[in-house]
Amino acid sequence: MNKKLLIPLAIFLVLSVFLFVGLWRDPREIPSPLIDKPAPTFKLTELHQPGKALGTDDMKGQVWLLNVWASWCVSCREEHPLLVELGKRKIVPIIGLDYKDEPVAGKGWLTQNGDPYTTSVVDRDGRVGIDWGVYGVPETFVVDKQGVIRYKQIGPITPQALEQTIVPLVRKLQAQS
Amino acid sequence: MSGAVIRALMFGLAAFAPLAHAADAVPTEKDAVAASRAVKLAEQLRCLVCQNQTIAESNAELAGDLRRQVHDQIAAGKTDAEIIDFMTTRYGDFVLYKPPLKATTVLLWSGPALLLVAGFGVLAGVLRKRRTVGEPPPLTDEERARAKRLLDGDKPEDKP
Repeated sequence: MNKKLLIPLAIFLVLSVFLFVGLWRDPREIPSPLIDKPAPTFKLTELHQPGKALGTDDMKGQVWLLNVWASWCVSCREEHPLLVELGKRKIVPIIGLDYKDEPVAGKGWLTQNGDPYTTSVVDRDGRVGIDWGVYGVPETFVVDKQGVIRYKQIGPITPQALEQTIVPLVRKLQAQS
Repeated sequence: MSGAVIRALMFGLAAFAPLAHAADAVPTEKDAVAASRAVKLAEQLRCLVCQNQTIAESNAELAGDLRRQVHDQIAAGKTDAEIIDFMTTRYGDFVLYKPPLKATTVLLWSGPALLLVAGFGVLAGVLRKRRTVGEPPPLTDEERARAKRLLDGDKPEDKP
């Protein structure tokens, strides 16, 4: 057989591999440049106690999760039972960022669906969301004791992501000094 | 309700109508230079929600928020480079419609040129081969004799 005929075949095969791998990748998942960078600071009003404010500084020294949610967010309903479950296990503080939401609607949503959050803060105009590179709610960040973002979940948390990635990472980070 | 009251209410509502748009970052008419800068920047930035639109084109809420950021930062005296930097530190190079030239994007930028060169290479090879194919090898004496016989109308000798 003419060896030259193998060249187009080889090109085709390489192309196929790339396209095949591409089939399983989610184009909506944009890698965050904030991974392994210090978490953007904020100081925001608490949802349940509008007189108080909670900020990134208050979380220094512990591993914590930031979960971006909103009462208008449909896929938040998907992940919420998992968060409620995680909240009950009391492994890690979960801070809720109520993103571009009416505080009244946000509170009502939590009453209805359960409140897994250690504290929820209100990002009324979405500026903190932009600082954190949020573009699709829900999003979840794992922040370590030094205040560095170590992981970002884009879209709803899945049972696999929770058990195989988030919880092991939290435990590993908690073991570090 | 009397007609006069309704009219007064409608007038009141109409007076507030412009506020409905105030939240969006439609460039103000105050400063034409700033406005054109805002539009130019918005056209370079990708909307993360509807990924094939710029934030200037997109109606997504995030695009509106990012337009407002651009607008506010221009008002705060930031340079274009600083605003682009603000966006890429948060959303990565993906937010730029024109990817920057760096080690990871060298192939992306040079790919078309490389393909063009490779294409010319293949074309040159094919043309060279075609030229050599065009000149058939010279006939041997035996072949020449056989051709002569055929042309002269003799019966081929190998006929059974």
